[in-house]
Amino acid sequence: MSLLTPNPGLIFWMLVVFLLVVFILAKFAWKPILKGLKDRENEIQGALDLAEKTRAEMAQLKSDNEKLIAEANAIRDQILRDAKDAADRTIAESKDKAAVEGQKMIESARETIRNEQAVAVSKIRKEVATLSLEIAEKVLHRELQDKAAQEKLIADLASSARLN
Amino acid sequence: MYTHLRRFFTIALIAATCVFNLPARADEPTQHDAGKVAQAVNEEEHKIEHKLEEHEAKFDIGSMIMHHIADSHEWEFSHGVALPLPVILYSEDRGIEVFSSSNFHNEHHEYNGYHLVHGESEQIVPVDESRKVYDFSITKNVASMLLSAVILILVFTSIASWYKNSKGKAPKGFNSAMEVIILFIRDEVVKPNVGPKYEKYLPYLLTLFFFILINNIMGLLPGSANLTGNIAVTMTLAVLTFIVVHLNANGNYYKHLVKPTGVPVPLLLIMIPVEIVGVFMKPFSLMVRLFANITAGHIILLSLFGLIFIFQSVVIAPVISLFALFLNFIEIMVAFIQAFIFTLLSSMYIGSAIEEHSHADHGH
Repeated sequence: MSLLTPNPGLIFWMLVVFLLVVFILAKFAWKPILKGLKDRENEIQGALDLAEKTRAEMAQLKSDNEKLIAEANAIRDQILRDAKDAADRTIAESKDKAAVEGQKMIESARETIRNEQAVAVSKIRKEVATLSLEIAEKVLHRELQDKAAQEKLIADLASSARLN
Repeated sequence: MYTHLRRFFTIALIAATCVFNLPARADEPTQHDAGKVAQAVNEEEHKIEHKLEEHEAKFDIGSMIMHHIADSHEWEFSHGVALPLPVILYSEDRGIEVFSSSNFHNEHHEYNGYHLVHGESEQIVPVDESRKVYDFSITKNVASMLLSAVILILVFTSIASWYKNSKGKAPKGFNSAMEVIILFIRDEVVKPNVGPKYEKYLPYLLTLFFFILINNIMGLLPGSANLTGNIAVTMTLAVLTFIVVHLNANGNYYKHLVKPTGVPVPLLLIMIPVEIVGVFMKPFSLMVRLFANITAGHIILLSLFGLIFIFQSVVIAPVISLFALFLNFIEIMVAFIQAFIFTLLSSMYIGSAIEEHSHADHGH
């Protein structure tokens, strides 16, 4: 049972020593230690926050950059496309124009040729008529000079007509 | 190495003996020289007699265990090697008396009208039975407590000075080891249980934890005092927690005691006594838990060692030693666990007493 009976002397010393330890440690140990720990925690937290903020800013910058690049690319593509379109259009237009022009030229050439031809044909016709007339005139002239032959021919013609 | 250590301890012992003997010698300056030789011779004779007696007497495991668990007026490191400690007595007629416990080393264990009784525990009783005497001696437990207090103060003030001197540096070595424990107590034990106003109670709870821990561990060393296995010590700690709780408790806590919420009026007849018993059960359980755990551990270890002396067998001794080694490891664990539990429950009791809302945790 002696184990279960507290000794008053020990209680007295225990109170004195323990309370002294509590006060000394509270003042000279726990206060600076806890303050140091808290300060360090705050520092670490601050550093972490800063890093997080910086990272967010970096991400923001990066996305901005990407956006800018994308925009630039889009604009470049647009410009290239426009240029190509313009070139294509110009080429097509030129081609069309050239074709139309050529056609026109060909047409006019044909017209000219036709006209020239017509003129030439009519001239040739006229020439031929004139020439035929002249030949006929000359032939007639020479034929009509021979009166006997004329009469023989007429007789021949008349006889053949009867046979028919 | 070993001889150095031994020399060191011998010198330390002699020095300590001188220091503790000083007040005693101041009382009797003339007796000193002549008496010393006679006393030494007497002591030697006494010792030899004692040894002979002991050899004949059967080994009594019960008294051996009690002797090791109980407090003593001298610090016995091993058989026959004891450091006498100062005896401080207060009586109304003689006032304060201080003398060395080595003065009781005579045949009748008697000195200056006082008798040192070796029973289950040591007690100093006046020869004249009508006198009433209060014993405030620096016993083995008190000496051990002072030692642990010095260690605690030295260790933690040195750690604190590191925080002051090397701000913004990473902690190293022993500092980081202690920091882990301090942070564990702060973040896992005190903060969640005490609540937002935890900072006020942190110094007390941290001291409580480390005080119990260091004394638990010191109690495991061979030849050391069984401080936290002493009911006076655990009672003082429990009462301090009780006082801290009830000095800081708010109105809700006290109102809850006399008028628990949601209890029908007739039931109050039963509930109020239960609540009030609960208030005192908390420190009582704290006291008994620590005391019983540490004492039980010591008793088990001592019983095992006692078995060696009972069997006196070469075969059994190593087996028991191994088992004792295993139990020693468990005891180290218990040392941490009990310190942790005492702190945890103290935090919970404080937390439930200062909680703002009325739906307080009963914490039984």
